[in-house]
Formats: sequence, structure tokens, C-alpha cells
Amino acid sequence: MTETKPIPNEIPHLLVHEQADNVGVVVVEGLTAGTEMLCCITHDNSTFRLTAKHDVPIGHKIALADLKAGDTATKYGEDIGKIIADIGQGEHVHTHNCKTKRW
Amino acid sequence: MASKYSNITVHGYRRENGRVGVRNHVIILPVDDISNAACEAVANNVKGTMAIPHAYGRLQFGEDLDVHFRTIIGTGANPNVAAVVVIGIEPGWTKKIADGIRLTGKPVAEFSIEQKGDFETIRAASWAAKDFVHHATEIQREEVSINELWVSTKCGESDTTTGLGSCPTVGNMYDKLLPEGITGFFGETSEITGAEHICKERAIDEEVGERWYKMWKAYQDDVIFAHQTDDLSDSQPTKGNIEGGLTTIEEKALGNLEKIGRTSRYIDILEPAEAPGKGNGLYFMDSSSAAAECVTLMAAGGAVIHTFPTGQGNVVGNPIVPVIKITANPRTVRTMGEHVDLDVSGILRREQTIDEAGDALIEMIRRTANGRNTAAEALGHREFSMTKLYRSA
Repeated sequence: MTETKPIPNEIPHLLVHEQADNVGVVVVEGLTAGTEMLCCITHDNSTFRLTAKHDVPIGHKIALADLKAGDTATKYGEDIGKIIADIGQGEHVHTHNCKTKRW
Repeated sequence: MASKYSNITVHGYRRENGRVGVRNHVIILPVDDISNAACEAVANNVKGTMAIPHAYGRLQFGEDLDVHFRTIIGTGANPNVAAVVVIGIEPGWTKKIADGIRLTGKPVAEFSIEQKGDFETIRAASWAAKDFVHHATEIQREEVSINELWVSTKCGESDTTTGLGSCPTVGNMYDKLLPEGITGFFGETSEITGAEHICKERAIDEEVGERWYKMWKAYQDDVIFAHQTDDLSDSQPTKGNIEGGLTTIEEKALGNLEKIGRTSRYIDILEPAEAPGKGNGLYFMDSSSAAAECVTLMAAGGAVIHTFPTGQGNVVGNPIVPVIKITANPRTVRTMGEHVDLDVSGILRREQTIDEAGDALIEMIRRTANGRNTAAEALGHREFSMTKLYRSA
């Protein structure tokens, strides 16, 4: 994760709700592994760069840091479930490695 | 304090009880499932009327029957309805429903089928329906403040873009229009799971928050935990939600709750299909998260416009209430554009702010109130789904 200024008018690839979040949402179609994503934290409009490690569909999540099984996934600054398999930074986060704590 | 939203007016239909509607339907309303055919025949005979067939109304009892009556009476009583023909198999429950709608002061005629048959019932009901069409078509729209509108919300086929774009757009609208005096509804009890601590705090005071929490907990215990056979992994979130990138109910709930914005607070909790009783403000209605059931209940509670954020593209409509579809998902705009009334995908591209999107929704509400048909209306989506609490006797 590196602090980089966006190119003027560049559209972000990944949106993150809050500074505390450890996952972000892909908001472009056809994102491919290796893309140097422009990421934007919507709460304060700050931006950073992160390399996508997988092809990830629009709407799906990417880990902002290395996550270990047993960790909590955080989005909106809130607990959205438990990590059930290790996930590397830039990798796809979904039902195969993250699960509800509720039912 | 006056704001730029204080002087917005719309042209609506002032009803006998003072409420304002934005549509002028004459409906042919069955009390029960076996009266659907007669209602549809009347609607076929008399142009400008609409039958509202549904699946239930026989041998229900207790709280389940109460919800049924409230839903049918509330649908007839809704200000978007000018006049109602009620048809049931027998006169007792038919009269109960007709009398419930008559409290609004609008024209109501009732017919029952036993000892007459469909032919005679349809003949008599068609005469009444025709009179009601003449009556309704002479009612003129008049200018009223936007604050007279009752606006509900429920999202569907949600994905991660709803929490980023379309739900906050609705929330921004509520933050701007609730202070002006509109009445709002939100609900979807099971879908607050994971955000219940936040929702409880958004009550107007501690007493209302505690009542909300008890209601939510009862839904968890009596509905979800009492009937679950697995981890609800195909139901909540739904397959469509998961396809759209939502992984857990907590994530879905947090996005859902964006619909009440940053400053709005709910003032009371409503039973399914119950009309608000504490004046202007935001209400939580205990309701399923299934789109057609929830919109039907809120319409029965008196909402005249529904705002519906969607991610993956829910196509739901309602027979009497215009459903405004809002999406921030550019793929849905591209592949299902015919269902979208308001495209806020600019939020994801950081080309549009939530504040601008909220203003765009208020403008779409104004136009819809003035008569613009929504996508769901134009496409004939009239889903009317009764909420059933348990098996009939």
C-alpha cells in the first residue's frame, strides 16, 4: 500500500468506507490481477495504491492487508464477520474465506 | 428553519381524510383468494380499474388474520386509491374490510359471492366500478407541499454498491426531507442483523430504542432461530447478494442501514401494515426483507411513494405505489437499464457526491409525485404479496 496522488480524472478501482477498514470494494468491471489500483477512502476522500492479486468482479472485496484465519473483517468501521482462511494483501475476500458470526 | 427544500411543491390528489395521494387508482380488491376471478372479471369489464389478486384470506386466525385485514384495508385506504370495490366469498369479512376502508371517507362498494355466484356478483360490481371510474377521473390534482408525502424505503438485490451509493442516496433524501415534515418508513427486521447496535441508537429516545431492540430480538428468536435448518447461507444474504459481492449478513445490514442517513431518527415502531400514529417523522415497520412483501406492507401502512435502492437489479413494483429504482452499479445500469429510474453510479466514479445524488432523488420523487410513471409502472410490475405469519387453520 503506497500513498500516491491520483492522475487527474482517474476513476478509482477500489472504494473503502472508513480508515479502520481492512477490506475494500472493487467498483470497476473486469479488474485483472496485477492492476495497480487507485483506492479511495470515501469517508475523507484520501487515496492510496494497491496491487490486485486476483481477477476480482465488480462489487467484490479485496484485502487491504494480510489477514489471518480468526481475524475480524472490518468494513464501515464495523465487524462484518470472521476470516476463516489466511488472505494475502490484494487478494479476493468472499464466502470462501470470510463468514458471518451470526448464524 | 427554511431550507432550499422547504418550498418544493408537487401536484397530488387530496383525499377525503386530508391525506395526499400521487396516483388515482380505482381498485377491485378481493377479500380472499377465491374472489380473485370475480375481481379480475370486473377489472376486465371496466377500463381504468385494476384488480389486485392475492393468495390468502381463508381460515386465517389470530395475529396472522390481523396482518391480513390490516394489509387489505390499508391497501384500500391508501391515498393513491380514489375508490374501492371489495369482493369476498361471504358478507362478514367483506363488510369488515369495506367498513375499514370507509373510515377514510372515500367511496367503497362491497359485494359477496355466496348465494349469487360469480356472474351476478360481477354484474353488480361492474356497475359500481364504472361509477367509481367516472368519479375518480373528475378529481383534479392540486398543488401541495412535498412534506405531505409519505415516502417508504426498502432495498433489494443488494450488493456492495448499495451500501456505497444507492442506500446513502436515500439516507441523504431522508436527512433533507424529514426535517421538512415528510413521513418515512424503513424496516426489514432480519436484515438489520449485524447493525442492530447502530439501529437501536438511531431511535428518538431510549424507550423507543429498547422497544425496537426487543422487536428485533423476538424476530431473531421466534422466526430465524426457531426455523433455521442451516446458516441461512442461501437466504440472508441471498444468492444474488453473494454474486454481487456481499459476504455476510453483517455487511449487508450495515449497507442497508445507510438508507436512514446520518441524522434521521425513528420516532416509533409499527406492526406489519400498521399506519403511523405519532405524526410526521420516520417509522420502523417490523417486516420481512422480501421485496414484494415489504413494499406491500409499507403501502398498506400509507406510503404513497417507495424509494428502492438496488445493486444487482431487483425488478419489483407495486400495484398502487410507484416504486423508484435507484442503482449505483454501472453493470446493472448497462444490463438492466429499463428498470432504473435513477442512476447514481457517478458516486462510485467519485464524479457525484452523496449530497448531489440525494438532490437528484428528491427531484425524481417530485416528478414521480407529479405523475411520471416509474420504470416498474411502465413495465407492469404490480407485485402484491401478503405477509403470512403461520399456517391457516
